[in-house]
Amino acid sequence: MRALLSGNEAFARGAYEASVRFATGYPGTPSTEILETLAAGGDVETHWAVNEKTALDIGMGVSLSGKRALVTMKHVGLNVASDTFMVLPYAGCLGGLVILSADDPGMHSSQNEQDNRYYARFAKVPLLEPVDPQEAKDFVRTAFEISERFETPVLLRSTTRISHAKGVVKLGEPVPGPDRTYTTDIPRFLVPPFARRRRPTVEERLARLRGYSETFPMNRVEEGDPSVGVIASGVAYQYAREILPEATFLRLGMSFPFPAELARSFCRRFETVTVIEEGEPFVEEQLRILGITNIRGKDTVPLMGELNPEILAEAILGEAPPAGFETEIPIPPRPPLFCLGCPHRAVFYVLKTLMKQDVVALGDIGCYTLGGLPPYSSMQTSFCMGASVGNAVGFWEGNREDGGKKAVGIIGDGTFLHGGIPGLIDMVYRGSGTTLVICDNSTTGMTGQQENAASGRAIGGEAAPRIDLARLVEAIGVTDVRTVDPYDVKRLRRTLVSAIRNPGPSVVIARHPCLRIPGEREKIRPPIAFEAEACNLCKLCHELGCPAITWRDGEGPEIDALQCVGCEMCTAVCHPDALHPAEVAP
Amino acid sequence: MSATASAGTRATAVNVLMAGVGGQGVLLASEVLALAALEAGLEAKQSEVHGVAQRGGSVVSHVRFGPRVHSPLIRAGGVDVLYAMERLEALRYAHTVRPGGAVVMNDHAIHPVAMPGAAATAYPEDVPGFLSGRGYRVSAVPALATAVELGDKRVANVILLGVLSTLLPLEEGAWTAALAGRFPERFRDLNARAFAAGRRLAESPPPPTPL
Repeated sequence: MRALLSGNEAFARGAYEASVRFATGYPGTPSTEILETLAAGGDVETHWAVNEKTALDIGMGVSLSGKRALVTMKHVGLNVASDTFMVLPYAGCLGGLVILSADDPGMHSSQNEQDNRYYARFAKVPLLEPVDPQEAKDFVRTAFEISERFETPVLLRSTTRISHAKGVVKLGEPVPGPDRTYTTDIPRFLVPPFARRRRPTVEERLARLRGYSETFPMNRVEEGDPSVGVIASGVAYQYAREILPEATFLRLGMSFPFPAELARSFCRRFETVTVIEEGEPFVEEQLRILGITNIRGKDTVPLMGELNPEILAEAILGEAPPAGFETEIPIPPRPPLFCLGCPHRAVFYVLKTLMKQDVVALGDIGCYTLGGLPPYSSMQTSFCMGASVGNAVGFWEGNREDGGKKAVGIIGDGTFLHGGIPGLIDMVYRGSGTTLVICDNSTTGMTGQQENAASGRAIGGEAAPRIDLARLVEAIGVTDVRTVDPYDVKRLRRTLVSAIRNPGPSVVIARHPCLRIPGEREKIRPPIAFEAEACNLCKLCHELGCPAITWRDGEGPEIDALQCVGCEMCTAVCHPDALHPAEVAP
Repeated sequence: MSATASAGTRATAVNVLMAGVGGQGVLLASEVLALAALEAGLEAKQSEVHGVAQRGGSVVSHVRFGPRVHSPLIRAGGVDVLYAMERLEALRYAHTVRPGGAVVMNDHAIHPVAMPGAAATAYPEDVPGFLSGRGYRVSAVPALATAVELGDKRVANVILLGVLSTLLPLEEGAWTAALAGRFPERFRDLNARAFAAGRRLAESPPPPTPL
């Protein structure tokens, strides 16, 4: 049977066919849909973990129980899980353990470009890189077989154009995994006291994996023009096939451990071999370590950003891509915006007004990163998951003696659970005069409204125990905890001002559910009515940056009734009361 | 158009770039096209991006089909047909269409939100005329207005698929099967009417420039 599947759907199908016992991970573009697809299928137990490290710890626990586990995350998620990831090869796994990391070259929805193939070399675990959805599916099972045969975790690496590109996949049937039984083996699994004894195991395994890589069927030569040699992996292989269709290819499905002899004999056949890989010179470096010099790689193929056929055509064939028409006709951009009725809008609108009072908002990772862009520009930093809390504590330390700027941390509910809690403990333990605003929209919004531990729902939507954020924060020791609905903009402002004045630690939970959560959209209210005679043309409603409000000079706002969701944030900022909820319109 | 040669006999893939604004159903439409190619026994690939990239409002999806497809992305300059649900988005991607290629567009404007304090960039005038002047074969049709006549503005994307279908080497049966497979049963009749309306729009209105 054939089906049109995205890479992520294919990974999920592969997990189903590999009879994975448990799949867990943390949402992150471009990896999110793998677990969602598995959850929707209902054949594999799935769980959104609180972060990537707990996900990998859970995955290792499943492996210790003798069963197969899949752990999914985006590239930066592996940084969070790296503490676990780096030590696992010492113990090795019992049941198959596959870590699926999806890189985001070009940073469509990420804070950095990070080529996670290096993690395979760093931790000394095997690395598989599929080139299309068919291989995405097939490699999951292969990865489990390698994992069990060599007793090692396997890194299965995807990228945006593997995960989010659909292609035709031949489906298979589930094959049971070789369940094993846990037996006490303290010298193996109690790593620190026995680490020295286990250290050679890592190298011995790696040597055996090197041999395996030489004959791995998806490390293979595809014959073509005997004068043009190309080495490629991942989606870059597909682009290379378009640009150099006649070439002879060495296609690497397993680029670590590196198939040295295969590569050496391939390179001997050509005057020059072109190495085409997206991201860092991972393959190229391994060739150079082998003393192979008749190659061209990152001196030709761009290091930064995503590759695509036209970039490769320019780099290799010198053919420039067609130019856009911007110089001939206006092509205005569509900058990213908060959605209609997004509760974050009010938070950044209010923070902007507080910037005049030396309030500096140190932010985090989520939809609310848009609060740092016009028209708000009121969230001034964002680095990585959970950083806002520690950043605010430290910024306060640096400013408190001279009574300078006031530090406010901004974090979402999912991000707070993921990486913000230890920072809040620091805030309390240090007695920091910092305010943390938790923008609680009751979902993991940016990746597409995934459930989290504070949403009261498990993956798939069924009811689950709900972590009460206010009680959690109180339990940590914050005595000044206030919860406010950001739609009530005036009260939100009063609450924030009062919390910031508090010389000790304070937390404001700005809670309103994301309108994209299924069911929330149905609660939208009638469009806001505008009373032109009352308008003083102050433009404050326009400053909200609401997509449903268009400003007309000299006339005031125009409310697009088709778009307006009746959130009433604009009525709260309108001093002359020219904007009203529809039911009380004059 | 030239793409009407059977896709199975073409050495290279047929390339359709599909663009619009978030909420217009561009991704769904691109999935239907890829499924129609699959129904026709061909290989198909489709590529899009998710995450904060989706908050930008501008949506683009690449669809390629034929006997063998490698890259999930169309090489800029190699687009056979641009399917655009909005005028400005047609303009944004039109330069990726090959010389002499076609543009089918919903003749509808969605103005970008003007940021407070920022100088508003004018919305371009007469996009179909501009693109015709650059040598593309342009069909600008009232897909949204036709959808409203049919009673559901959400089917504008299916209407434009009907227009697109007249330019592609896929049998009507493949489209019917793809639409039926992708949507719940209760939308089957509405989608069939929308698709047929699109095919009629492709026949009846004078394209702004002769082919």
